[in-house]
Amino acid sequence: MKHKVATTVNGRRHEHEVEPRLLLVHHLRDNLGLTGTHIGCDTSQCGACTILVDGKAVKSCTMFAVQAEGKSLTTIEGMAKDGQLHPIQQAFWDEHGLQCGYCTPGFIMAAAYLLEQNPNPTEDEIRKGLEGNLCRCTGYVNIIKAVQTAAKTMSTAPARKTTVTAGGN
Amino acid sequence: MIPAAFEYARASSVEEASKLLNKYGEDAKVLAGGHSLIPLMRLRLAQPKALIDINGIKDLDHIKEDGHKLRIGALTRHVTIQNSKVVHEKLPLLAEVAGEVGDNQVRNMGTMGGVVAHADAAGDYPTIALILDAEIVTNQRTIAAKDFFKDLFTTPLAADEIVTEVVFPVANGPHKYIKFRRRLFDWAIVGVAAQKMNGGWRIGLTNVGPTPVRANAVEEALKTGAKPEEAAQHASDGLDPAGDLRASPEYKKHLARVLTKRAIQQAQGQ
Repeated sequence: MKHKVATTVNGRRHEHEVEPRLLLVHHLRDNLGLTGTHIGCDTSQCGACTILVDGKAVKSCTMFAVQAEGKSLTTIEGMAKDGQLHPIQQAFWDEHGLQCGYCTPGFIMAAAYLLEQNPNPTEDEIRKGLEGNLCRCTGYVNIIKAVQTAAKTMSTAPARKTTVTAGGN
Repeated sequence: MIPAAFEYARASSVEEASKLLNKYGEDAKVLAGGHSLIPLMRLRLAQPKALIDINGIKDLDHIKEDGHKLRIGALTRHVTIQNSKVVHEKLPLLAEVAGEVGDNQVRNMGTMGGVVAHADAAGDYPTIALILDAEIVTNQRTIAAKDFFKDLFTTPLAADEIVTEVVFPVANGPHKYIKFRRRLFDWAIVGVAAQKMNGGWRIGLTNVGPTPVRANAVEEALKTGAKPEEAAQHASDGLDPAGDLRASPEYKKHLARVLTKRAIQQAQGQ
């Protein structure tokens, strides 16, 4: 039996009828066309599918779409505003925090959650905060630099800090 | 990977969840954080006919102080336990362990009750529950931790029984949990918990057998005045761990001894 799932994704309301077994990541990609959220490992390890659900970072491959009923989601597509990259996106660009880029959406969403919890993290706190995300091009050094740069930018421009609640209410 | 089809129902109370479980019988599973269940379902190692989603039962998400006890609701997420002021004050070992489960994303979803009911040999909370003589409260009864972890993934829970709370004693003396693993977010290859309580040591081992293990011989040796390095030699007494891709049985026994020594020493150093 299909179930109704109503979500607010990046500020837009969506309603679909879905099979219970549909994973949230497939719902985002296949029903909503939001293919920026990647499927990396399919085993809950790599974090490429990380999104924010009511402001909390979760792996969207490890949640059923029906569990997102009534929730507010932010995906990588919800980060840039008015044609301007989010400071975290800009920092990944500036610091070259990627090589192939496949893991990047997940890293950016995990970093958004991390900086919301801890706006001024130490390097160790960044490493620990991103432990749920894997980069197989081994680009961690620049990823950490990117998060440090984003933290600096966001602390001097607090108006741009509201990403993780974007789309709420 | 796509799980096998199943029926889905949301429960708004424990009673409703229990009724729904009854309706579907042995083929139903409770969906809490889902971070053990959904990966198994994706691999089709688990193919429940129905999932009863208990995430809407808000009164299962709590941390309550109750005299010399801490009552942790089954739906309490790891992140909540990790950051709880009360847990840090009353049972810091549990806060430390919660912060070592999985990664941020996993800790935002995974729950106390889920870990306990799943009874994975590599689960961290079961070891803490065992050595502290915690109690697992269900909608039907209260079960001592020592009677709860029967075998690999095996507990005395009936098909319509739901874990509602895990009750730990307060213990805020020297403590340490060492989770030995190759990657930060991984399961323990071997884990060791040490907690000083009521003048004695409680020592427990994770992932050295089908259930958590209390290292009685180590505790006894410490009681009779043995040094940590001497007592820790007994950590592998009677163990018969299964080898896996990460470690041979011999290596796990070696780790049990070495990590027990470190855990006691680091706890003493606090």
